[in-house]
Amino acid sequence: MNYFPEEVLEHVFDFITSHKDRNAVSLVCKTWYQVERESRYGVFIGNCYAINPERLIARFPRVRSLTLKGKPHFADFNLVPHDWGAFVDPWIKALVKGCPDLEELRLKRMVVSDDSLELLSRSFVNFKSLVLVSCDGFSTDGLAAIAANCRYLRELDLQENDVDDRRGHWISCFPETCTSLVSLNFACLKGEISLPALERLVARNPNLRSLRLNHTVPFETLKKILTQASKLVDLGTGCFVHHPKSESYHKLKNAMSKCKSVRSLSGFLDVAPRCLPAVYPICANLTSLNLSYAPGINGNELIKLIRHCKNLRRLWTLDYIGDKGLGVVAATCKELEELRVFPSDPFGPGNAAVTEEGLVAISAGCRKLHSLLYFCQQMTNAGLITVAKNCPNFIRFRLCILDPKKPDPVTMQPLDEGFGAIVQSCKRLRRLSISGMLSDQVFLYIGMYAEQLEMLSIAFAGDSDKGLLYVLNGCKKLRKLEIRDCPFGDMALLMDVDKYEGMRSLWMSSCELTLGGCKTLARKMPMLNVEIIDENSQRESALVDDRQRVEKMYLYRTLVGPRHDAPDFVSTL
Amino acid sequence: MAKMGVGLEITELRLGLPGGGSSCDGGEKKERKRVFSEINGGCNGSSAGGDRNMQAVGWPPVCSYRRKKTIGRGNDQAFRAYVKVSMDGVPFLRKIDIGSRDGYPALLAAFEELFGCFGIGEALEDADSSEYVPIYEDKDGDWMLVGDVPWKIFVESCKRLRIMKRPDTKLTNYNW
Repeated sequence: MNYFPEEVLEHVFDFITSHKDRNAVSLVCKTWYQVERESRYGVFIGNCYAINPERLIARFPRVRSLTLKGKPHFADFNLVPHDWGAFVDPWIKALVKGCPDLEELRLKRMVVSDDSLELLSRSFVNFKSLVLVSCDGFSTDGLAAIAANCRYLRELDLQENDVDDRRGHWISCFPETCTSLVSLNFACLKGEISLPALERLVARNPNLRSLRLNHTVPFETLKKILTQASKLVDLGTGCFVHHPKSESYHKLKNAMSKCKSVRSLSGFLDVAPRCLPAVYPICANLTSLNLSYAPGINGNELIKLIRHCKNLRRLWTLDYIGDKGLGVVAATCKELEELRVFPSDPFGPGNAAVTEEGLVAISAGCRKLHSLLYFCQQMTNAGLITVAKNCPNFIRFRLCILDPKKPDPVTMQPLDEGFGAIVQSCKRLRRLSISGMLSDQVFLYIGMYAEQLEMLSIAFAGDSDKGLLYVLNGCKKLRKLEIRDCPFGDMALLMDVDKYEGMRSLWMSSCELTLGGCKTLARKMPMLNVEIIDENSQRESALVDDRQRVEKMYLYRTLVGPRHDAPDFVSTL
Repeated sequence: MAKMGVGLEITELRLGLPGGGSSCDGGEKKERKRVFSEINGGCNGSSAGGDRNMQAVGWPPVCSYRRKKTIGRGNDQAFRAYVKVSMDGVPFLRKIDIGSRDGYPALLAAFEELFGCFGIGEALEDADSSEYVPIYEDKDGDWMLVGDVPWKIFVESCKRLRIMKRPDTKLTNYNW
């Protein structure tokens, strides 16, 4: 390999796009490391505290696309206090200095400020794409800066962010010269926008392929937009309420039927179900349907809609669909690869929910299914065993039984055997979430069979440290482990400390860890940050004694030591 | 002595985390369950059956964004509020479940279906522009224009509904 000129190497590396592969390439020899780092344009950082921006830029000076993830996953469920960290500001400041060619920034679970957005918008001449997922800390003023200043903006994609909506004019801030938009998603914004400005924006951006509106955009505007956006592939409707006999409705139905290119449909954030037939003409073309934000559509209407969608590959829905509706999905959507069923009323009497019946029906009818997220009222071992037999191709299997620690209602047994069947059958399983009543046995199965498992989420499960040990000893490819409310303690935590260096992170809350155990771990593993989140730190019950139980521990490997922006209630041991 | 025993138990001081103490459902040995619920957006009063599922913080694992938008907001929620609806000139009344609608537009669309009063949706924006004006009687017995207060507050305070035809709105005496 010494006789290959570097230009040739670089050309060859161009074909290697996956992060894992490029990381592997850089380890071969010094020359390859140099060539690779200078030609790397896209960098993915799974934990923003594993590295700091200065070192990143030093290694990859030509980075054009950066993906950063911040808070731990359980932050989504209010288990991480609000100001824990993950601020994007220092990253943006460093990028301004070191990477003027930055074009794309994708952030997940990070805190973003309006000032950061303003700085971003003014500093990168070629900036094209901003994707924010589950972020917070900014307002529509920050969006206005992006709209106004990023002259070649192609993508502004806001997913499930908590945005302070100042009901401003941000959409009006896109200049008349902005004609390069390909993707605009503002479904998560709460406030009204200027409808004429939106219509004009769509009219002058003929390459728009993805457009997701928020709930304040009415029916009439949707019709006007659809006539303008002829290349639309992904549509998220806003408000879908109108009288079905009105002229507006007929105009929309006509406009909709001309949208032959739409493959992905979502939204219906406010919906009058009698208006749904307006979308029937395009249903046969759909490969992706997300109705999980439409609590206004009941089971029967869902079923009617789905009967038209024979080509679905991805379906997200609320559990109004019921077992019966899932039977219809199984009969209709033979190409289905991904299914998510979300709960509508987890604490209610349980009339709008799904059970093992629905899942078994799906597994029998949708043989291509590989990704599942299923919130259900109950599950049986027999059901899971059948699912495992029918669908051996699961890559992601996430089951959440709403009542924690609920056993198999037929046999009153734990669900160990059912999940055991899943891990044994699905040899390609990479992500697993388990729930219901579970003993240490399920972990024995997971450790034994889940060889490709990378991410595992556990709640209210297990009997003893043995459970955690089975997992840590068995799952060689485990990268992310998150545990809550399980009887796992110091003994399991400390049994094989080197393991954590090969993982991105470990979260344990409401388990049996003590301060002393965590301190020991931190001492043995200087390459880890072991953070204790102590919400009582200002009070008398603050953690001082090594024997005290630690409520929340988050550890992650890092190249840059303890972080300097930790709030009072976080201590890095 | 037994009586004394019971009395003493109540005053017994114990160390433990809040919500702990006697074992919870499922034969749980450990004392560390969170038993309070802290769900964003509330459950709309549909707490019936709330003790079936243990309401722990962050359970079920649905992200807070999604929780606010979807949980307890659909057609099958336990909360039902059937109120009478009358329309001027129509000899009999109807009943409508305002608890199952998710907003004013849906409510007025329902009026249009029940009574054929097209255009009533305009009254939301401008009470003068529509031939029909929806009003409701609130808990205090006052007649209010529909649409001024947030939807959830309206649902809680609305006792009955009336659809007035334009000429009548000038009358100050609302006799049934």
